[in-house]
Amino acid sequence: MQLVLEKRAERSNTIALVSPLIAIGLTIVTMSILFVILGKNPISALIVYFIDPLTDAYSLQEIAVKASPLVMIAIGLSLCYLANAWNIGAEGQFLIGAVAGSWLAVKTQGTDAGFWVLPAMLLLGAVAGALYALIPAICKVRFGASEILTSLMLVYVADLLLDYLVRGPWRDPAGFNFPTTAEFDPVATVPILVEGGRLHLGAIITLLIVAAAAVLLGRTIKGFEIRVVGAAPRAARFGGFNANQLILLTFAVSGALAGLAGIIEVAGPVGHLQPGISPGYGFTAIIVAFLGRLNPIGILIAGLFLALTFIGGEQAQIAMKIPLDVTKVFQGILLFYVLACDSLILYRFRLVFASRQVSSGTG
Amino acid sequence: MELVEAIILSVLAASTPLLIAATGELVTERAGVLNLGVEGMMIVGAACGFGGAWLSGSTIIGALCGIIAGALLSLIFAMMTLGLAVNQVASGLALTILGIGLSGLIGAGFVGERITPAPHLHIPGLTDIPLIGRILFGEDPFIYLSLALIVAVWWFLYRTRPGLVLRACGDNHVSAHALGYPVLRIRTFAVMFGGACAGLAGAYLPLAYTPFFIPGMTAGRGWIALALVVFASWLPGRLVIGAYLFGAVTILQLHAQGAGVGIPSQFMSALPYLATVIVLVLISRARTGGSTAPAALGTVFVPDR
Amino acid sequence: MRKRFLAAVAALLLGGSFASGASAADKLKVGFIYLGPVGDLGWTYQHELARQALVKEFGDKIETTYLENVSEGPDAERSIEQLVRAGNKLIFTTSFGYMDPTLKVAKKYPNVHFEHATGFKHDKNMSIYNGRFYEGRYIQGVIAGKMSKAGVLGYIGSFPIPEVIMGINATMLGAQTVNPNIKVKIIWVNTWFDPGKEADAAKALLDQGADIIMQHTDSPAAMQVASERGKLAFGQDSEMIKFGPKTQLTSIMDNWAPYYIARVKAELDGKWKEEDTWGGLKSKMVVMAPYTNMPDDVKKLAMDTEGAIIDGKLFPFKCPVIGQDGKEVECKGGTRLDDGQVLGMNFYVKGVDDKIPGK
Repeated sequence: MQLVLEKRAERSNTIALVSPLIAIGLTIVTMSILFVILGKNPISALIVYFIDPLTDAYSLQEIAVKASPLVMIAIGLSLCYLANAWNIGAEGQFLIGAVAGSWLAVKTQGTDAGFWVLPAMLLLGAVAGALYALIPAICKVRFGASEILTSLMLVYVADLLLDYLVRGPWRDPAGFNFPTTAEFDPVATVPILVEGGRLHLGAIITLLIVAAAAVLLGRTIKGFEIRVVGAAPRAARFGGFNANQLILLTFAVSGALAGLAGIIEVAGPVGHLQPGISPGYGFTAIIVAFLGRLNPIGILIAGLFLALTFIGGEQAQIAMKIPLDVTKVFQGILLFYVLACDSLILYRFRLVFASRQVSSGTG
Repeated sequence: MELVEAIILSVLAASTPLLIAATGELVTERAGVLNLGVEGMMIVGAACGFGGAWLSGSTIIGALCGIIAGALLSLIFAMMTLGLAVNQVASGLALTILGIGLSGLIGAGFVGERITPAPHLHIPGLTDIPLIGRILFGEDPFIYLSLALIVAVWWFLYRTRPGLVLRACGDNHVSAHALGYPVLRIRTFAVMFGGACAGLAGAYLPLAYTPFFIPGMTAGRGWIALALVVFASWLPGRLVIGAYLFGAVTILQLHAQGAGVGIPSQFMSALPYLATVIVLVLISRARTGGSTAPAALGTVFVPDR
Repeated sequence: MRKRFLAAVAALLLGGSFASGASAADKLKVGFIYLGPVGDLGWTYQHELARQALVKEFGDKIETTYLENVSEGPDAERSIEQLVRAGNKLIFTTSFGYMDPTLKVAKKYPNVHFEHATGFKHDKNMSIYNGRFYEGRYIQGVIAGKMSKAGVLGYIGSFPIPEVIMGINATMLGAQTVNPNIKVKIIWVNTWFDPGKEADAAKALLDQGADIIMQHTDSPAAMQVASERGKLAFGQDSEMIKFGPKTQLTSIMDNWAPYYIARVKAELDGKWKEEDTWGGLKSKMVVMAPYTNMPDDVKKLAMDTEGAIIDGKLFPFKCPVIGQDGKEVECKGGTRLDDGQVLGMNFYVKGVDDKIPGK
């Protein structure tokens, strides 16, 4: 007798609805045990993590600030993944976008350049991100090189390029040799939405992108094409869809969004170019894309939820002295549970009483 | 000449954790599974390896603790990706986050402690031979182990039937399954072997390299190991070359600075990654009909019943 | 076992939930932002020790909180503001990269007091503080000049920022007083913290003929390599003698406790005001670990040098300071370089046979 996984005839909509709830339930149980082992009150801890950040305007704003780049990148990645193109180098595209946009900010610093600077920076960031993402895509289409690995390698190259620039040519002359550019001029800074807060224009851009992606996937031929190529490559070939072209397109779009997120982050919350501008956004966004089930609205929710655990984790450190490592364990466990439960949308378990009688060879 | 000997000794030590972790990942990927959680498994291996050695006073027990910890963590990954058919990229990244957190919790009790590093081999007469003596006969046991491991893996993959079956699972799981091979079971073993190696590689750092534990001490070596597997185009022989080349670039870059050669260090550091991309393109191009990458790498497999 | 577990759960559920908040009202809340994990054995660890000293000193009068592993990127501003919003009235941000975020939050909350380590921007509610670690480096230079048989020092640098450059220069100036021909080899590892890489750098330096290792990175890895090779080394940030009982000559220890205690006391007394503190050996912000593994005459020389610096008779950067190009550096402080020149130091002194990266 053994438990086996098998594919459902069609996706289960019931599971799709309850799966996140099961996952959160399981996480709460697991974490409660961990909190008790650590000698913390599990109920207070869970309230600090999940409820407190939702109860005041400041934390809500911060959640939006944190979620914004994650969602923006994840939307692009989801298009790739739907089309079966595996871009995992968004971190690198984020950095390149930040670098390209910052170039303009550095060059126009102290000049009387007008309002066009910021839009031009955003454009540069997006274009550079797209071009950088096209490298692995072209290697894939032209030479068959695994895009998973080439895109990952290019992350390090981007990181080192940024490092070189801010320690060398672009270093703030008045900055005592510290590795950072000078603060960007006001015309090169993303405007704040609420006076005194940190919520910036990037949040609105993110929402627009989510909406655009929803329309693209749900209402256009191109969206249909992306989904068909990913889900049924053979059928797509018969349908005359060009898979290679789609790989190039989705890589370019996801690179552009990652690059845009990069320059917005630099011209917004950070205010200058420096190493360490991304606390792993490009990688965390991959998780957001999957948590959101590659669906634009799902990604929005997943991004906000993950941001909530970051903010909650910080508040738990302050209010309950819960070490940061616990938050990481918490996030890891949560991700595993959500991914595992989501698997049951497409698959189900079945008890098999007699396993298949085929000898497994002589080896 | 003594400088050359010294550089080679440093290169061997710097390359060893990369080689061990990459060897494990090579087997995992050959079976068709992409586990991006190497960094997470390594750092947990480092924490547990140090803890074991510190509590027991024995390097061997420490190494075993690292191996077991890595294997257990990879078992979670196997349950997710093989048992529940969850996407491997997402699971691997989640594993890294979990591993970093766990290592911090486990290691919190050992911070600031020190242990005696693993002893180096010493054979009177042989070890004292000028220039080559210490390189061949004076290393720490992990270095010999890493080389034995890669030879064993080569022999297993290319000279044994189970090795052939494992590669078959990686190249075409549907056919392998149709032939009656237990694809998921084989892959589980491959993933756990990868985890055990990552754990050992992580444990090498506090047991032999720098005999103390600090959170985050793997400093990205797990990601480099992933790159190495690609660089080696999934071939054990090339993996050895790749690991030592990578170690050599790292060490020589430091020596170049000490000798006053002024190349921006970032360019030197970026070289191995660029080389990996170029190698990948070249090998993919050389073989018509796709790359030497295991064809089923990273794809989900659920057997039909 | 199970019973105990359940009892623990019950106790926590009943007791724990109301514990916070009630008595905390009249306590002074003091917050800290750390760059690394508290257990990094280096920079962050020393700040954490000082925080613990605060708790010991003031007991129930204060409540301290820290956030660890706060990256210097977009998250820093939020982390600082979170501490403000949790009611902290005095906040220490302990790394250079928090300078701009601290300043932004300080402008937003004029009633909260901020203390930023190692930066140069300040405001009416934001003090800055740093240690004159170069004083310790000068003493190390004197010791190294005496102790090095090869006449070559190995120096592991993190990043070529003034803080590190002034350390290298102070070391050389100290060493030149006892050995005019002393040489230094410098390797930049481009990280504050990667034990493996620090060990590799130490090995490379020893292999290239240096026989004393000095470091401006955080982990004890280099010390431990020197110990394995039977060479000598200086510790960094904290006491590292445990990692090289026969190796460590001395260590420059960051000792933040006296400053933190003074600032918290000022806050409690309502006398806190903005200050720019650059404390050295005299104010005990910089403390030398015991002088070990050296003959008595060197030890005496080291202690005399330390005494002279404390008494204000000796200044590491006393004029004339000769630059690498052989020209005298402009002497803005009268008899010595002024603090501004030292803080922005971006040149090597004569005798350093190397080039500052990126210059």
